[in-house]
Amino acid sequence: MKIKNILITFVSAIALILSSSSISLAKVVGDKIILGAAVSLTGKYSTNGEHTKNGYNFAVERINSMGGIKVGGKTYKFDIIYYDDESNSGRAAQLAERLIKQDGVQYMLGPYSSGLTKAIAPVTEENKIPMVEANGASRSLFTKGYKYLFAVLSAANQYLEVAIDLAVEKNGGKPVKIAMAFEQDAFSQDVRIGVVEASKRTGSKIIIDDKLPKELNDMAATLAKVKATKPDVLVVSGHSKGALTAIRQIAEMKVDVKMLAMTHCDASKLAKQHGKNSEYALCAAQWHKSLSYKDKYFGDGMKYDKEFKAQFGYNPPYQAAESSAALLVWKDAFERANSLDKDKVRDALAKTEMQTFYGNIKFSPAGQNIAKPMVLFQVRCEGDKCENKVVAPTKWASAELVHPVPKWSER
Amino acid sequence: MVQASLDGILLGILFALIAYGMALQWGVMNIINIAQGELVIMGGYVAYFMYMMGIHPGFGIIVSPIIMYFVGWGLYKLVINKVVDRDLFISILATFGISILTQQLMNFIFGSDVVVAQSNFGTTMFFEGMVTLPNAKIFAAIVSIVFAIGLVMYMRKSKLGRAIRATAQNARAAKILGVDTEKVYAATFGINAALCGVAGSLIAITFTLHPYVGLPYTVRSFMIVIVAGLGNLPGVALSGMGLGVFEEFADYILGTEFRIGSVFLLLVLILVYRRFKLSKKREYLK
Repeated sequence: MKIKNILITFVSAIALILSSSSISLAKVVGDKIILGAAVSLTGKYSTNGEHTKNGYNFAVERINSMGGIKVGGKTYKFDIIYYDDESNSGRAAQLAERLIKQDGVQYMLGPYSSGLTKAIAPVTEENKIPMVEANGASRSLFTKGYKYLFAVLSAANQYLEVAIDLAVEKNGGKPVKIAMAFEQDAFSQDVRIGVVEASKRTGSKIIIDDKLPKELNDMAATLAKVKATKPDVLVVSGHSKGALTAIRQIAEMKVDVKMLAMTHCDASKLAKQHGKNSEYALCAAQWHKSLSYKDKYFGDGMKYDKEFKAQFGYNPPYQAAESSAALLVWKDAFERANSLDKDKVRDALAKTEMQTFYGNIKFSPAGQNIAKPMVLFQVRCEGDKCENKVVAPTKWASAELVHPVPKWSER
Repeated sequence: MVQASLDGILLGILFALIAYGMALQWGVMNIINIAQGELVIMGGYVAYFMYMMGIHPGFGIIVSPIIMYFVGWGLYKLVINKVVDRDLFISILATFGISILTQQLMNFIFGSDVVVAQSNFGTTMFFEGMVTLPNAKIFAAIVSIVFAIGLVMYMRKSKLGRAIRATAQNARAAKILGVDTEKVYAATFGINAALCGVAGSLIAITFTLHPYVGLPYTVRSFMIVIVAGLGNLPGVALSGMGLGVFEEFADYILGTEFRIGSVFLLLVLILVYRRFKLSKKREYLK
């Protein structure tokens, strides 16, 4: 009996040692630093999930081919373990557990979308695993006191604040009348908070405040109200579907408004799908290729755009660019920490202050990137070809803002 | 007000067409098709595909029903015929499975981007542009009405139409009298899918398409059928338009967030009222 007990103890001790050693092996295998990511490769976010994955892979290849990561006098390379979260937040949380507990991943990359990042963050936080994420902009990610979450992108409430300021500026500094239509989801409602704050700050008045149900693809009633009340600014945010529905119905109903500001213009390929009907729409974006930020890995935005297209066959949307930037942040943090210890790397991440082709990156104590402003571009057409031109901040503007938007009867 | 009513009527006619297919197939086969919305979206993608090939998406109303008829027919032969005489719950499960499968299939083929097809039909304006009617929506309403009337005529006059009606009344009796009910069921499911195809191609030019946006169409047509009652085809058209107008008004007056909620509230009220009326009738009978 005694011998049996000793044997069991012995075997379980060995098992324990083996399992713990496999964990410590998994974060760095040979000369490879293993990062983990659950990304939507199927389901409703699959297109943006693909952009995210391509952005990650593009940066991994670039960093590895340009000398890798130097830690403690040794050179390492990045490698990523991917799982498909099926665009499902429950699944994303499960996979984060699996990456951390089974695969022994000690450094995480974020998934696509605010919703999925929100699902994963409690898991990484509980296990004290640092995560650099590039696609979760919801403000609520930064109000929970997370210590291990770092976001390279601007928060959702910053998306359209600038547009309101711009409208007030164009109105001679006087307050404006605002009509809002926001989808009822975490991201769009955060964008709404930003607009509401900007309206308070500028003394502007909100005259329409519609919350669009997720399943809705008809905005006719909202637009009828806009026609009747004639606001100075119409703000719309409802992902790609919201952007495409708004432009289609604004053009059909000939709604004249001095400024139309929205989100997801590039994700929905607005200029391509709606052509001239989308002209003069003002759009918030995290990044645009014409910005003049630089780094040694990708050069500037134009170069990134060109090389990404050569490899993946399409122009990178900002979802890909910010994903690539996340890897640059990881590399920088490892080298500054000069250690593979996750807590030391976490502390180095918190002290990040750098410029990448995507923009400046510096984290607030809540993990939010506070060094990068949002960009506003306006859809402009020459003949039948429509393009996004940066109009704000003025430092990077490649075109002047057309304001007020010409009436439909004059187009 | 005029704008909201007109928008509501045009929207309602389109929904009524989808509900029409659902009522037909529910009445004949006693199957609640959860995949109705997905069939609509699939029909929309047919029109979108034509648009991408450089053909005007308006022609989708001809091509899409033909393709969708065979899709429906195939689905019947593969899945539905195994559940047609079974419990209602099983058919709901089976069609739910079909809906998930078709969503993923469309996602796989067309990607998860939201897409639109441009008809470039322009806009008709009244009262110096205060009331606008997109010609694409007018086109959609006319096409829906033509198809609906066409179907009613077909049901009345043709041999298959009579067989379908006979099967709906009493499948066993129809079988004894020599109707091939298996064929009738397959045709009914096919016709339903074809109607969805027409509606889908109209949605491609009036709204947006996305592989996962089918469910609202299922729910809406389900509601219209419940309000109208099975086998009441003029009722379907009326309740479709009524709900459409009610929806637009609720949105216009109360705000968009109350739009869907108020439609459901109306549904509950109608059902309660009906129950009340029925129980009164029962009292008389007693």
